[in-house]
Amino acid sequence: MIDNHILAPVFIHLFTAIIQLIAWRKTVTQRFLSVGGSFIGLLIAIRLFSTVYQDGTLFLNASNWEAPFGIVFVADLLSATMVMLTSIAGFAVSIFSTASLSRQRMLYGYFPIFHFLLMGLNGSFLTGDIFNLYVWFEVIIISSFVLMTLGGRKAQLEGAVKYMAMNILASTFFLTGIGILYGITGTLNMADLALKIKAFDNKALVGITSVFFLLGFGIKSAVFPLYYWLPSSYHTPPSAVAATFGGLLTKVGIYAMLRVFSLIFIPDEFTRNLLMVLAVLTILTGLFGALIKSNIRRLFSYLIVCHIGFMLGGISMFTKIALMGTVFYLIHDIIVKTNMFLIAGYIRQVRGTMDMHRVGGLYKEYPLISLIIALVLFSLVGVPPLSGFWPKIYLIQEAFVGHHFIFITAIILGSLGTMYVIAKMWVQVFWKDVPEGIELEDKYKNLPLFRKLLLIIPICILAFVTLYIGIQAESIVKVVDRISNELLDTSPYIRTVLGDKANLL
Amino acid sequence: MELLLVAVLGLLYAAGVYLILRRSMVKLLLGIMLLGNGTNILIFLLGGITKGKPPIIDANHNVFQDIYADPIPQALILTAIVISFALTAFAIVLLKRVYALVDSDDLDDLNTPEEEDL
Repeated sequence: MIDNHILAPVFIHLFTAIIQLIAWRKTVTQRFLSVGGSFIGLLIAIRLFSTVYQDGTLFLNASNWEAPFGIVFVADLLSATMVMLTSIAGFAVSIFSTASLSRQRMLYGYFPIFHFLLMGLNGSFLTGDIFNLYVWFEVIIISSFVLMTLGGRKAQLEGAVKYMAMNILASTFFLTGIGILYGITGTLNMADLALKIKAFDNKALVGITSVFFLLGFGIKSAVFPLYYWLPSSYHTPPSAVAATFGGLLTKVGIYAMLRVFSLIFIPDEFTRNLLMVLAVLTILTGLFGALIKSNIRRLFSYLIVCHIGFMLGGISMFTKIALMGTVFYLIHDIIVKTNMFLIAGYIRQVRGTMDMHRVGGLYKEYPLISLIIALVLFSLVGVPPLSGFWPKIYLIQEAFVGHHFIFITAIILGSLGTMYVIAKMWVQVFWKDVPEGIELEDKYKNLPLFRKLLLIIPICILAFVTLYIGIQAESIVKVVDRISNELLDTSPYIRTVLGDKANLL
Repeated sequence: MELLLVAVLGLLYAAGVYLILRRSMVKLLLGIMLLGNGTNILIFLLGGITKGKPPIIDANHNVFQDIYADPIPQALILTAIVISFALTAFAIVLLKRVYALVDSDDLDDLNTPEEEDL
């Protein structure tokens, strides 16, 4: 069904950003615009999701150029879900930014760039054209470069060099893959590519092309040998920025992998084994990194890497249950990881540092907030019935069926290790008394109530969503079930995009 | 023509990879630029090279009468060039700032993020 409203989630952030550029250096106006824009964006995303959920896949031919000749935008259930999660996370981060960022950063255009980043994310979820996906990726990385360097601290800039080099390299790999794909099929439309690749004889060439995509998306989503840039850069920018990055940017890579490997390259035996090995190693390296870190945000950075492995393992098994686990984990992970970095930012506001050894006593001073945070931490670990628990059940179940016992071991080790580091963090930050001889700088205590609320409310919103995902797992499973069906049987997607032309081949 | 482009392509990729593997920041940037240009030539090459046949339908016909040059790879390359132009401009400014702060061109000296515990 053609629906011009598909692009609304992209345009709302574009317009918000442009209006904010007009209100340059007026930080109060920009804050109102940002929260308002993200809220409208959230409403639009919910509307898009409910429309797609009821009426099935929507699409839009840009400038009415018929597919496969023009750029096509497609909102199937996976895209709509991702757009909705982005909007929820973006809304929360937007509120948190208004109170947590220094005025200096806002003066130099934090908010417009933040909305350009959200625009890029929404665009990359909604596009149905592989080259257009590349362009949205570039929108994302150029915005994230600016967010990462904004403020210009030495550590930030040094982290940004690594971040920049790896991400540009990833884009180059991705573009190389697109070039070869265009050379062998002569099309860029993903639905059309799916048909043409299926009919293409030289499977070895297709396999090599898929490796370029795997490399490109692997760097972006921080998969095992390609993840080094993440822990050395994600802890340098302000927490609001790190929350957007940690929650959403690596997951775009996973989304792109899900899309490309379900639609264009159906994983063969070799790719599956490769992905499985990478998944296990990603879980283990992320875990070992997290075990030795004492800075909260660096610990979380390694946990991002660790949990990417869970999703990668699900993709490598590529069965219905495994994909259900992957997509469920994706939904859970975006919300929880964003919240983790917001919590890290909150701890920094209250204690002035993120080094575990130099903080303490949070539970004694702020018991209520600590309990909400505990809820989030429990979800991250996957204590039943909270949100992290359900996807792991699916993943382990399917790994048993497929005899991937090493993967099961890795999942269990990863979960136990996550529990260990989170418990360590809880004891150090919340239960332990403030260590002797350390001067606390509690910026939070003297804030007016309204600003305190601006810091707390986003954490509560995301905690509530996490709780909903956990307790109401049944409704999430319904969505996830449909998404995994769409991923396994892509013919409805192709028929929607190409219409009658799909039958010609 | 194809063979020449393939040779140039291989050279660009090889030089790009070599420069990226060096420890100097400037060489890293040059390597990324060379790789990007290599990719552009790859797209151009794989789109098929047709000499002197612009995709213009002549006035007496409704469809193409002859084989014609595919305009899409050129559009793709143009987009990629513009994007890499912006990225390179940003990267140069970033590296210049880092050089001013660290006073070294060696990537191994960028260790502040590892030592700092904010």
